[in-house]
Order: sequence, then structure tokens, then C-alpha cells
Amino acid sequence: MTAAQSWTVAGIREALAAKKISARELAAEFYGRIERRNPECNAYLALCPERALAQADRVDSAIARGEPLSPLAGVPIAVKDVISTRGVRTTCGSKILENYVPPYDATAVERLESAGAVILGKTNCDEFAMGSSNENSAYGPVRNPAAPDRVPGGSSGGSAAVVAAGMAVAALGTDTGGSIRQPGAFCGVPGMMPTYGRVSRYGLIAFASSLDRIGPFATSVTDAAAVMAVIAGHDPRDSTSAAVPAENYPVRIGDSVQGLRIGVPEDYFGEGLDPEVKSRVLAAIAALEKMGCRRVPLHMPHTNYAIAAYYIIATAEASSNLARYDGVRCGLRVPGATLMEMYRKTREAGFGPEVKRRIMLGTYALSAGYYDAYYLRAQSVRSLIARDFADSFQKVDAILTPTTPTPAFRLGEKAADPLQMYLADIYTVTGSLAGVPGISVPCGKTNAGLPVGLQIFGPHFGESRVLQIARAVEKSLGNPA
Amino acid sequence: MKITREDVLRVAELAHLDLSPAEIETYRGQLDEILTYVEKLKELDVTGIAPMTQVLPAVASGAEHHPELRDDVLAPCDVGESVLAAAPDAAKPFFRVPKVIER
Repeated sequence: MTAAQSWTVAGIREALAAKKISARELAAEFYGRIERRNPECNAYLALCPERALAQADRVDSAIARGEPLSPLAGVPIAVKDVISTRGVRTTCGSKILENYVPPYDATAVERLESAGAVILGKTNCDEFAMGSSNENSAYGPVRNPAAPDRVPGGSSGGSAAVVAAGMAVAALGTDTGGSIRQPGAFCGVPGMMPTYGRVSRYGLIAFASSLDRIGPFATSVTDAAAVMAVIAGHDPRDSTSAAVPAENYPVRIGDSVQGLRIGVPEDYFGEGLDPEVKSRVLAAIAALEKMGCRRVPLHMPHTNYAIAAYYIIATAEASSNLARYDGVRCGLRVPGATLMEMYRKTREAGFGPEVKRRIMLGTYALSAGYYDAYYLRAQSVRSLIARDFADSFQKVDAILTPTTPTPAFRLGEKAADPLQMYLADIYTVTGSLAGVPGISVPCGKTNAGLPVGLQIFGPHFGESRVLQIARAVEKSLGNPA
Repeated sequence: MKITREDVLRVAELAHLDLSPAEIETYRGQLDEILTYVEKLKELDVTGIAPMTQVLPAVASGAEHHPELRDDVLAPCDVGESVLAAAPDAAKPFFRVPKVIER
């Protein structure tokens, strides 16, 4: 790690206050890094230097006027390309939105800029956030900065990669079934999925509305908490946004973990778990015990049904959400002699193979005669999985598991086998279905040098607790930030 | 599970997808495999288990009543121009599409 890569939220704040650097110079430094590193990584799809430099100038003028620094003043941040940015092309990694320029900003983006953050650009992702490897982007795969022959994870692979490669200090991703936590684990950076409803989805282009969440990547848990503090909170423009006040995450993460009950479900440590991943995760749990946490064995009996329930519910919602792309209002249009022909040709040409597969699966699950057997049953199983979590949180303060069964796999390794790709989401989809918050925090590397992630789930709105434990893990591994 | 070519064609029609012959065969096999895996949901007894309809219980979301029941107050939504600007074929204030009604 070179000194050039070590910018943190606090470090930027200090440097700006001491006038060692201006926000404009910092933004320019990051654009320089992007120019050097992005061609190999393919993590950015679009840059918005005009907007970024204008924002940096606003931060610099506020400093010149002697105004107090806002919480993310001058912090260079990247945004996943499924999150709307006014005037900046937003493709969702899809050909169907290749030239789409949103007329408004997502609430999360608006909040970041109000807090002084400098949005550098938009990051690559699996098409419409559907994928676990970033290989489903219409604009080419992202390479893992820790191992360029491997995937960065998905769907927020670009956001994880830009943070891991020092091309942004933090990034927004989205998580529907693991799309923040899994790439966080694969790239070796913390990535947080907040409680459902904690961060507004206004301006997030929908994949599965009952599962989608926006959350941060950063180089440290401390910085992830700083971003969370800015983006969390009620938003009247998202009817599922929760009316619960956000806690002061940056302050709360310093609390002692002494006496906390950490649950370790046996169901997450069985067949299919890579032995090196297992040993790193268990070592992190042992470190927490040394700090005074009490380990509690758990059994979460419906874990093994989560993938099946998830891939019915998520695809059903996707088939409905993606019905809007028909060549009429925005994005691609392929002309046809009739309206129906135009719809069909546009969708056939605009969507990639995984998106079509999921639309087909979801349409099937919702179709007459199959709705009860698939969709309704999956929603009942979802209730059972949520109950597993509710019962567990009667006994423990947090649940600790591996984030993924294996470290980052090779590009192309699972691309031809969709079911194998889906099964790799086994440890993350449970928390998605239950609506609880979760983080992946790095907990060491395999002998081959591939990052390993520890996943920490908390109860609904237990973000502080999750961040606090993650921070303790990070400290035990010697990350001082 | 046995997904047939006819099943794939029926679903593609519902989903407005103009699949190529190669895609029809690929998706037939893949949907068959995935739905066979999903069959495991049938192992569970879900008698008396209500399907989830709200992700968060009302208590957890902090609302005395569900937040979607906000007051019905008019708010400005002046986006017509910019929305039409992103349309593939606009004729203000409309989106233009191929003729649907024959005379």
C-alpha cells in the first residue's frame, strides 16, 4: 500500500482544514489514478469531472470563507450505475439504457453531495444488478484488483474494485441478494447492506423492490460508518423508507464489544465451505471472544431453503419491474411494424442473457397455475427464514458467518452454469430475505493471497451494533483507520 | 420438473421477448434445472405460515401506521420536459409509438 492510496474521510478532513490540499486538487489526483488504473480494471463506466470539480470548488470556497467542514467535505466517491445521477449517463450495465441520462438524482446521491462529497463517476455492475461476478455487464467484466484473473464479485463489482484499487475513497453499491457484501469479500474491502428501508431507494433503478438496498463500500469500517451516517434516514419519496431516526454510527462504532453475545450458526459452516475461508472466519470469531464477546452456537433451520426462495421472489419482482423497458419512454427502441413487434424486438436486443433468464423465470413463477406453487410458497418460506433471524436475535446481539463459501473465483469459471452461480450466494441471501442489516468485513487472506470476508448480521436497525463488531475485527487485524 | 419448448414459448410471449431458436433451447434446459432445484421448497410444511407481505413489521419500521399512508397532498412534479427529452421518439407532450388502431 503506497501513501497515495491511503486517503480516508478523516485524513481528507485534516488535510483540507490544514490547507495541505484543496478539494479540487484531491479530485484531480483521483482522476489521475483512474486514468492509470481503470483501463485494466474496467471498473468505471462513466466519469463526471465537470460535476465533480464544480462540487470540489464549492467545498473549497466554503473552506475559504471559514465555514465548518461538512461531514464528507471533499471525499471522492463513486456511484454504482443503477443509481440515478442527474445529467450523468446511467446504464445499469445494460444496452437497453445505453444512452439514458436521468433527469433527477437519487436521494442517496443528493445526500452525499449535500454532505460535501465529490461524485467522481459511475461504476460497472452486472446488468440491472443481476449477477454475482460482474460478468453480466454489457460493458465487459471488471477485474479484481487483488487478482486480475479473478472476478471482483457482483453485482456491485465496480464499486468494490474502485475502492480496493484506490480509485475512490468510498462508493455506493446496491445489495439485493449479496451484491455489496460478496464483492466486498472478494475485493477485500468492507461493504455494508443496511436494514431494508434504512436508506432511501428513491432514484435506485429497481431490480427486486422488496429486497433492493443501497449501501457503502469504504477502505475501513470507520469510513463506511461515515457514509452510512449521511445516506441513512427517512425519505418521503420512498414509501418503504423507515421512519426510524438514524443512529450516530461514527461515534457508536468505538463502543466496547465486551459482553456482546455473538451467534455462530452451524448451518453456515457445512459442506461446500472452503477450508481456508472457514479457518480465517473462525480466527476472527476467536479474536472477538478474546475481546470479551460470548460465542453462542445457533441453528437456523431454514438456511438451506434460502436460495430457492430468493431466486423465485427476486426474479418475480424483476420480471414485473423490467416490464417498463419497452422502447416507449426511455432507452433503446428497435422499430417494429406494430407496437407489439417494437416491444419484443427492443427487449430482445436490449437485454443480456442473464436478465432474460431471470425475466423468464420470474414470469413463469407468476404465471397462471404456478403462482401458488412457486411465488406464494417462496414468500411463506421467506417468513420462516425471517423467523429464524427473529428467534436468533432473542439469544444473541449479532450473527457471524462467512460472507461467501469460497474466495473470488476465476473469470469464466461459473459463467456457463447459472445454477452454480446462484448457489454461491448461499450465505448472503438469507439476510436479504429477512430484511436485516449485514456487513462483510475483511478477515485475512488465503495462502494464495485472496481476500476473505466475515459477515456480521444484526437485528432490524442494528447498524451500530454491526459496525461496532466489524470495527473490532478490523482493529484486531491491525487496520488502524 | 419438465419444462417443454411450448412452456418457454408461452413464457417468452408473456414477457414480450422475441427469443431466437438457440435461446429457446438454452433457456428450456436452464429453467428446467433451476426449477428442479426450487422444488426443494415443497419439502417444507408451510401450513399456517403467512406469506411475507411486508419486509419489516410495523413496530420495527417505527411507524404508528404504515408510512405509505402519508397525507395526500399535492406536490410539484415538473419533469415533463426532461422526461420527454430522454424518449426515443417524442412529439410533445406525447411519446410517439407505432399505430395501434387501424381505421
